[in-house]
Amino acid sequence: MEFQFQFDWQAAINSIPYLAKGIPYTLMISFGGLAIGFVLGIVFGLLSINKNWFLRWPATAYIEIFRGTPILVQVLFIFYGLPDLVGGPIDPLTAGIAAIALNSGAYISEVVRGGVQSIDKGQTEAGLSLGLSRSQTFWNIVWPQAFRRMIPPLGNQAIVSIKDTSLFSVIGVGELVRQGQVYIANTFTAFEVYFVVAIMYLAITLSLSLILRLLERRGVASA
Amino acid sequence: MTQIVKMKGMNKYFGKLHVLKDIDLTVEQGEVVVIIGASGSGKSTLIRCVNGLEEYESGSLEVDNHPLAPKGGNQNSLAEIRKEVGMVFQQFNLFPHLTVKKNIMLAPMKVKRTAEVVANATAERLLERVGIGNQADKYPSQLSGGQQQRVAIARALAMEPRLMLFDEPTSALDPEMIGEVLDVMRELAREGMTMMVVTHEMGFAREVADRVIYIHEGQIVEEGKPDEVFDNPQNERTQAFLSRVLAH
Repeated sequence: MEFQFQFDWQAAINSIPYLAKGIPYTLMISFGGLAIGFVLGIVFGLLSINKNWFLRWPATAYIEIFRGTPILVQVLFIFYGLPDLVGGPIDPLTAGIAAIALNSGAYISEVVRGGVQSIDKGQTEAGLSLGLSRSQTFWNIVWPQAFRRMIPPLGNQAIVSIKDTSLFSVIGVGELVRQGQVYIANTFTAFEVYFVVAIMYLAITLSLSLILRLLERRGVASA
Repeated sequence: MTQIVKMKGMNKYFGKLHVLKDIDLTVEQGEVVVIIGASGSGKSTLIRCVNGLEEYESGSLEVDNHPLAPKGGNQNSLAEIRKEVGMVFQQFNLFPHLTVKKNIMLAPMKVKRTAEVVANATAERLLERVGIGNQADKYPSQLSGGQQQRVAIARALAMEPRLMLFDEPTSALDPEMIGEVLDVMRELAREGMTMMVVTHEMGFAREVADRVIYIHEGQIVEEGKPDEVFDNPQNERTQAFLSRVLAH
């Protein structure tokens, strides 16, 4: 039997409009989740280096739990498990955003911790010796320097989270992968469609990398 | 005369290590006190206690009539003390993300709510005074070590301190840059600034100090006018230390 495979360009092109409908969902889940995750990361990252044990341990617990369990389990738990607790269904989009937020928040906490701890103690001492309060010293002196160092690992986390959203096809959000699966179910053009899906992810992540690199260069120029 | 610093029976520990032992020391307004001693003797720790960067365990400390309690006590005066006491560090500790001028403007604007135009004018005047008026818009990393330390002095002066602490201000500098920093300090002393200086620059100590203090293992073992301490030290430890550092 002769086996011949031909990449069907027409099928790939035809799939684009349908797949593209998934892009807004992918972006919404990624960036919505990351925005909340960033806030969580700052809060828990700073708590995790607080001198006060009572503030520190909940932050450490949060970080360990959400870094130590798979994001797929987290989103399944939120989507299928939590409704039992809250007494009503949670829509898949909300579940997806929540999962990215909680998951990226744990990683970003560590990025924040590392960034802040990397700043020399002499910077804080200089600020305090000038009469600035602890919080003035932190927000005017330590944080701007720490944030600059956090940009590369934050970009890394953003890219990881964008790709993680692909797992949420399992809860039926119409993001990129889900759109692909539905489309393939009708056309049986798996190779072409997943190829296009991959290209679409790549377009998103490469644009982000580019933006981050520009941001970083601007940061370096003024340091 | 006004006493700017009053230390009585001060003790400080790092864990079990007893780093300052029963320190009694007063500094008068306008006085330049130079503290010398081997590394690890506690001289840096001593001046770091003055603005509360280190806490002490027992005894008493008063800075410009503000009592600063030992560890665990009332630290309410600390904010006031830090406004009145400037400090210059061995490693400069300039803020690398701010321009030279912004380094100087930050504290007056945040702490004293000085208007930006006023802070700006002050910064320019101080940079002129330390001899680097043309570097205002550069970042610290673009300056030499000596220039950076002069910016650090200007930054501390911008708060119009009543007392300046110098923690080995020239120890991290290349030899050819030490002079320019000492010149600024000499000028400051001449203008009547009260100064506590930890340094290994014995020539500077002899020339500028009103009083020299020698610390050995956390204790003040010798204290007096520079000539007395350098030419006729009474304590044998001071003699041994000076013969080592003045030999070359």
